[in-house]
Amino acid sequence: MANPILVLAEQLRGEISDITFEMLGVGRALASAVGAPLYAVLLGSEAAPLAAKLGKADKVFVADNPQLNLAPAATVTAVLKTVIDQSQAGLVLVGCTNVSLGIGSTLAAQTGLPLVNFCRAARADGSAIQLTSQLFGGKILSDVKLPDGRGIACLYPGAFPADDGKSDQAPPVEKLDLPVEAPKVTFKQYIEPETGDVDITKQNILVGVGRGIQSQDNVQLAEDLAQVLGGAVCASRPVIDQGWQPLSRQVGKSGMTVKPRVYFALGISGAPEHWEGMQNSLCIIAVNTDPKAPIFDGAHIGVVGDVLELLPVLTDKVKARKG
Amino acid sequence: MNLYVLLKMVPDTVEELEVAADGKSLDSEFLRFKLSEPDDHALEQALILKEKMGGKVTVVAFDAPEVDDVLFTALAKGADRAVKIPLNQASLGTVASAKVLTEFFAAAGALTSDSLLLPGSQAIDDLEGELAPLLAAALKLPYIGVVCGVTGDAGKVTVLKEFAGGLRGEFEVTLPAVLGIQSAEKPPRYVPVAKVRAVMKSAQIEEAALASPEQPIQLDIERMYKPEAAGRAQMIEGSTEEVADQLVEVLAKNSVI
Ligand SMILES: Cc1cc2nc3c(=O)[nH]c(=O)nc-3n(C[C@H](O)[C@H](O)[C@H](O)COP(=O)(O)OP(=O)(O)OC[C@H]3O[C@@H](n4cnc5c(N)ncnc54)[C@H](O)[C@@H]3O)c2cc1C
Ligand SMILES: Nc1ncnc2c1ncn2[C@@H]1O[C@H](COP(=O)(O)O)[C@@H](O)[C@H]1O
Repeated sequence: MANPILVLAEQLRGEISDITFEMLGVGRALASAVGAPLYAVLLGSEAAPLAAKLGKADKVFVADNPQLNLAPAATVTAVLKTVIDQSQAGLVLVGCTNVSLGIGSTLAAQTGLPLVNFCRAARADGSAIQLTSQLFGGKILSDVKLPDGRGIACLYPGAFPADDGKSDQAPPVEKLDLPVEAPKVTFKQYIEPETGDVDITKQNILVGVGRGIQSQDNVQLAEDLAQVLGGAVCASRPVIDQGWQPLSRQVGKSGMTVKPRVYFALGISGAPEHWEGMQNSLCIIAVNTDPKAPIFDGAHIGVVGDVLELLPVLTDKVKARKG
Repeated sequence: MNLYVLLKMVPDTVEELEVAADGKSLDSEFLRFKLSEPDDHALEQALILKEKMGGKVTVVAFDAPEVDDVLFTALAKGADRAVKIPLNQASLGTVASAKVLTEFFAAAGALTSDSLLLPGSQAIDDLEGELAPLLAAALKLPYIGVVCGVTGDAGKVTVLKEFAGGLRGEFEVTLPAVLGIQSAEKPPRYVPVAKVRAVMKSAQIEEAALASPEQPIQLDIERMYKPEAAGRAQMIEGSTEEVADQLVEVLAKNSVI
């Protein structure tokens, strides 16, 4: 039998994150292909009751310990290493999320196992595992092989179906009782999201602007369109980081997840971290000067052109149409 | 505070990226490089900390096209020292780069009890993992990533880390430490070109000679390629007027006007 595949389950504030089910789904498929068991490891307070949701795994290692809530990477990897040694796990799946960022690399440093970041696809090839990684903001893909199936793969959220990792059955649980060293990084408190003037998650129409909008003044052009449409402006990270829009308007990995009826992606390249937050919009209209921008691969409607030219004309035409 | 900022040059993705003849790397002939965006924020965060807490900012980079300009710009913004490691960055993966930088920081005197290492949280090309945690593990320092704000205190810092949906967490970190910076608490400052030119005339970039690692890339890369244009959008063409007319129809069809 091949070495077990191990999923580092992720939870935030007592809820299992979607990425966990995505990893369990793809982990199950890989495990069947190579003939290996699938294990999961879940850490933190309330871990024991949450483990019941991880039925896709053949066994869940649980360390129910409040000290492991949002613990630093080195503390988490100390537990992971114990589980890997004990179970002889070969492939470890970790989420490419803000919560888990750094855990995979710390584990790689401590075990010498190779790590493949940003994975969007995974398949078994005999006893080897082949991973497809998405680089350079979505512009390049890379196929990487773990020849003996041993390594760490960080999986992009949203790249694998979460439903494949869900199960009604509770898995067998093995409790871990490990001493946890006093960490040098300690969690103090959550800072709740700022409630802005508008809740972009509740809008039917979102006019999303990216770096292509070029200046704070130009954001007004998007405001004008949003206003005639009865929607709101939202933005990609660089626009927020420049201070052109408040944090409450950020869409993507660190920002909000939105699902409007229409999402305009104006001067937004379509980097995976932005895509994560708006991919389920019902109609995505992308406008970009770069015909090869990755956003066109996922958008429904595409326009190769300058948003600064298009916006005023479009706003006028919508106004005229609405009468 | 003894602040180190690690600067990495990455391909500018606004340009077309071409795969090299070996099918396993990017064709460097067509690449234009720019400073990895989080690193610009790491520098800004370091400069803010220096202004508030006192101390010294050192920027460190490997050799890469345009890197001297980036180092001089950092000095013009207020960094105190610029160090270049004369190894070609493009030929080294993250694991190898981390090895070299570990040696740099392990050298006598580099790390003091009030040292803070500020790499960017993550770059767009870090196929092998993020450097910040690799460096922290090798130097046995505490680490936290996706940091979007740092305030200093004696022997420790309080940092903000991003989760999702705008949720952040506040953490306390004992120094010395490695913080992967995602964004600074303020947008990176601008420095006039004239000031950079003046610094180029007066300041020096130091060189730190370090051995090149034996294994430049750890992973077994089978191929690199551009994604197929699968499921491409329905493209609307024409003059601005025509495009706008068609978009109005799209909006009407989706019942939003
Ligand atoms: C941990 C982490 C978390 C992140 N979280 C988020 C997040 O929550 N949200 C987010 O958005 N990003 C996030 N990012 C950043 C993400 O990786 C990208 O850097 C970002 O989404 C790029 O924004 P952009 O598309 O606006 O800019 P760019 O990638 O620079 O794209 C600008 C686009 O505008 C086009 N353009 C330029 N001029 C014009 C014009 N006149 N008309 C039309 N088009 C034009 C260009 O062709 C280009 O495609 C995160 C990254 C990390 C590492
Ligand atoms: N070759 C390098 N030279 C200097 N800094 C680097 C290098 N590689 C990584 N870094 C630093 O580590 C951060 C994360 O990069 P990466 O590990 O590639 O995700 C970068 O933003 C830099 O601050």
